[in-house]
Amino acid sequence: MNEPRKVVLEVNGESLSGEVPPRMLLTDFLRDVLGKTGTHVGCEHGVCGACTIMINGEAARSCLMFAVQAVGAKIKTVEGLAKGEELHPLQKLFSEHRALQCGFCTPGMLMTAVDLVASNDALSELDIKVGMSAVLCRCTGYEGIIKAVIEYAEQVHGKPIAREKNIV
Amino acid sequence: MTPIIGSGFDKNLKQTTSGRNVKPPQLDILTPSSIAEALSLLAEYGADARPLAGGQSLVPLLNFRLSRPEVLIDLNQIPDLDYIRDAGDQINIGAMTRERSIEFSDLIHDEAPLLLEATKNIAHLPIRSRGTIGGSLANADPAAEYPAVALALEFTFVAQSVRGERRIASHNFFQDILTTALEPDEILTEIIVPKIPDNSGAAFVEIARRHGDFALSGVAAQISFEDRMPTAARLAACGAGPIAMRLTATEEILMEEGIGEKAVKAAAAAAAAAVDPMSDHHASASYRRRLTGVVTTRAIKKAVDRAEVMA
Repeated sequence: MNEPRKVVLEVNGESLSGEVPPRMLLTDFLRDVLGKTGTHVGCEHGVCGACTIMINGEAARSCLMFAVQAVGAKIKTVEGLAKGEELHPLQKLFSEHRALQCGFCTPGMLMTAVDLVASNDALSELDIKVGMSAVLCRCTGYEGIIKAVIEYAEQVHGKPIAREKNIV
Repeated sequence: MTPIIGSGFDKNLKQTTSGRNVKPPQLDILTPSSIAEALSLLAEYGADARPLAGGQSLVPLLNFRLSRPEVLIDLNQIPDLDYIRDAGDQINIGAMTRERSIEFSDLIHDEAPLLLEATKNIAHLPIRSRGTIGGSLANADPAAEYPAVALALEFTFVAQSVRGERRIASHNFFQDILTTALEPDEILTEIIVPKIPDNSGAAFVEIARRHGDFALSGVAAQISFEDRMPTAARLAACGAGPIAMRLTATEEILMEEGIGEKAVKAAAAAAAAAVDPMSDHHASASYRRRLTGVVTTRAIKKAVDRAEVMA
């Protein structure tokens, strides 16, 4: 019982493995065992969203999964967004709109937004605000984040999204 | 314990050996691949084991060590528990079906709009990617959305153990705060959801501090009509007390007096009088009671507006 288990999974297209005790969380496995520290650890109870990653194409909290539950999974972390030196379109928009200050929440914001936009081709600004409330930011005040995600959704789906009055 | 060795392992990272940095208590995770295997494991380990569904409520409790089971029986590798099936006048949903699957199901969209709207109020999409309908119902959180829908629509719950299978009506399922009729050796395997009848409208309305938070007060409503008068009114509230509550007095007023302004006001007042909410750091009991009246009014009006026959 509680014997270390071998976990083999795919992270950003690369097959990786490690041995872990059953109780190790997926976040800690990614960061401390695989060295993928782009995924951040915040509240550890699913509220803050900093640890959000893509598991088999769907955004999920990596702090609420055990590493042993991810055996065979295809995982994408923030390290997998950029192609070499070329930033992902959403990362470019975050930069343009100054959608980050300290950057702690940013990995979770990016992974959440990629999934939100991919899973709904008829998002309104309100849908984006509600969707992005899945991740807490304690410094930017969200304006830049929402602007970046709206523009990203417009790029991906090729149609404009009506802006509410309070957004310039 | 064997040192942890990973391909990207950096010796300069602190606390990477022997699991010193792990948060949950010492436990083992067993991964059955069939319902039968899960049931025999649960019978074997009894109270030392907890079934692990989506983990969106249980894993936080483990991370804070508020729950210390010796064994988790992980139900996530049992494909037979993950389905949404059209079964005539009802929809059968496997207990391990993700909330996300319910959210994007055409069948649920067309035939169980109340369940769909409640689902969209559960936390956020990344939580719904993992959270399951069976996990949420079996957890029986008094502020959770699904138990209110289950009471309003009269879901049937299918529970299995090595002793066999039984069906539990929703009004018998929720017993107390975080407590259901499930026995320690039972697993909730299927939820049976009645389809919405013709000439009906449904709405789930809640008020929370922030979108995605548990409701301070929420109301599920589904009303059927004939000749512009209600022929069936089904309402239930969450955030209403130790368990979700069917609002029978409210239903009776709508059935007897209709959906005019005066009747709706009386129905909302009856809902506020019926609930027995708790005070906590989010809101006082009296504020929650008042909110119940407000969300009842909104839910009734939305449900009426959505019934095509009333247009």
